[in-house]
Amino acid sequence: MGNKNVLVEAKHLVKEFPIGGSKKNPQVVHAVSDVNLTIYEGETLALVGESGCGKSTLGRVLIRLLAATSGEIYFEGEEIAGLKESEFAARRRQMQIIFQDPYASLNPRMSVKEIIAEPLITYGLKDKTQLEAKVKELMRKVGIPEEFYNRYPHQFSGGQRQRIGIARAIALNPKLIICDEPVSALDVSIQSQVLNLLKDLQEEFKLTYLFISHDLSVVKFIADRVCVMFLGNICEIGDTESLYEKPLHPYTRFLLHAIPKADPKLRSEEKELLSGEIPSPVNPPSGCRFHTRCPYVQEVCMTVKPGGIMVGERQVFCHFPLNMEI
Amino acid sequence: MSESAVLNIRNLKSHFFTAKGEIPAVDGVSIQVPAGKIIGIVGESGCGKSMTAMSVMGLLRHPGKVVDGTILLADRDITHLKPKELAKVRGNEISMIFQEPMTSLNPVYPVGRQVQEAILLHQNVGKEEAKRRVIEMFREVGIPEPEKRYRSYPHQLSGGLRQRVMIGMAMVCKPKVLIADEPTTALDVTIEAQILRLMKRLCEEQGTSIILITHNMGVVAEICDYVYVMYAGKVMEQAETFDLFENTRHPYTQGLLKSIPRLDEKADRLYTIEGVVPNLLHLPKGCNFCTRCEPAKERCYQEKPCLYETGSGHGTRCFQYESEVRIDGQ
Repeated sequence: MGNKNVLVEAKHLVKEFPIGGSKKNPQVVHAVSDVNLTIYEGETLALVGESGCGKSTLGRVLIRLLAATSGEIYFEGEEIAGLKESEFAARRRQMQIIFQDPYASLNPRMSVKEIIAEPLITYGLKDKTQLEAKVKELMRKVGIPEEFYNRYPHQFSGGQRQRIGIARAIALNPKLIICDEPVSALDVSIQSQVLNLLKDLQEEFKLTYLFISHDLSVVKFIADRVCVMFLGNICEIGDTESLYEKPLHPYTRFLLHAIPKADPKLRSEEKELLSGEIPSPVNPPSGCRFHTRCPYVQEVCMTVKPGGIMVGERQVFCHFPLNMEI
Repeated sequence: MSESAVLNIRNLKSHFFTAKGEIPAVDGVSIQVPAGKIIGIVGESGCGKSMTAMSVMGLLRHPGKVVDGTILLADRDITHLKPKELAKVRGNEISMIFQEPMTSLNPVYPVGRQVQEAILLHQNVGKEEAKRRVIEMFREVGIPEPEKRYRSYPHQLSGGLRQRVMIGMAMVCKPKVLIADEPTTALDVTIEAQILRLMKRLCEEQGTSIILITHNMGVVAEICDYVYVMYAGKVMEQAETFDLFENTRHPYTQGLLKSIPRLDEKADRLYTIEGVVPNLLHLPKGCNFCTRCEPAKERCYQEKPCLYETGSGHGTRCFQYESEVRIDGQ
């Protein structure tokens, strides 16, 4: 990884949502707490974790769909979190997002051509013939037949709608695409089509993906590196292969254990399961945020927040990481 | 197997009568549920798996209607029961849990009262006794502080806890059959694993049979004893779980299993089943899967295959396995 160019770097990124309380005692949801993250050019970095862990919020903060509460974001070396909207506009076309729900993310009153052309028009392509050619080319690229040019979203299936969303996202040749659970709403047979498409496009356009997902099997297929989050904090970051093989953080191990495997021979009654529920992000536990659910919890975990430890290429935030023989 | 079946669905046909035409959502489905077993129905959206369950529960709404077939619950025909009689069966002998626990609980009543209602309706006990049973049930399904949670409203509980309440409500009358429609789809993986384990334990302890409806082959592999794979209203393949995964016969099942990204191997590309699910209004003349099937032959486009026996307790709806022994008579 050492020789790769850094595309995005987040430093001490914090995002809090105020949810009321009194003036003296305001209540906030700690969605993302002091996160440091690096995304390299051309890679797919997966953000995984359970609902409410802050993975979607982090993705949105990185491309300024949400304003960070504090912290810095560097995009190709330029700090963007503090830029004015007018200064940021030129950068914005380089970062796009694909949303989870293909039914909610396309305007039902716009035809496919209008949906895909919209970002092109916003960024200055006005010539009608050029526009039409470009839209048709994009439709071909994502596998939507050209003759559907004038159709509306409701005339497409879920998988096709997601393809339209992808066409819109790549229209401006972005550098970074945030894929926010892009296949979670799709059926298995359609999911694999869309995943293959994302891989092909990445190769063709040299895209960088931040792939947000709760599905660890999908992540295993698509990601080069994985970042596991729990309650607004990063637990562990590392290469996909080694992270799946030897998880260092207890939470990563339990996540991997919990996935139902599509092979009945792997059934096991004694499988270790995580007990308890996810704590509230309004009053996150002190120390290590995972300590209330961690079976290996010790005194120090309850009071001291673990700093990052580097283990080879891996970074783990735990006082007592597992599998330390590697 | 047929003698000991608690629930026996024979050649069920549920159609929807719409302005555009008649939609065969469930088209000749036969399912047997033996006592104390977990039966999986797996398939993609629109394959008719949920509609099969709704038909059994008598919950099909206009324009849907059961047009043919019989549903036997412990040898009693419940296919065309009157609403009043059906209400005695539903929630008592057979109950159902749904995918989204938020929308299936009433937001303006405490959860304890909603579970208590099921007991008061079906069993001849007083309010105090009913409340005691609810709290016992809450403890059973792993809800912490059951006395306190009895008075909680649905919005005060997490998704996992709400689904536990739903399971508690479904199991409190000790039904013979529990139908679970995507019970863990809305939940996180660590919670999903807890809920699956809970359902399996309850099923073993109380001798309840479960019909588990899911799109997730992983969930099937994890807890089901026997599996039905559905596609466009028909059962394409049925077998015991181990047999299905080891000796997968139908091209559709094979495709489904191949297209799931696996944890234990690194692939550059995923296998895909080309095309999309056919419109149920314009089904192919031949096999429902022929338009997406790689090994499809001329005949597959012309005739509809039957469910042929392809091993002990294993049935496959595909001409490749055509034989004398048919599992359904169509």
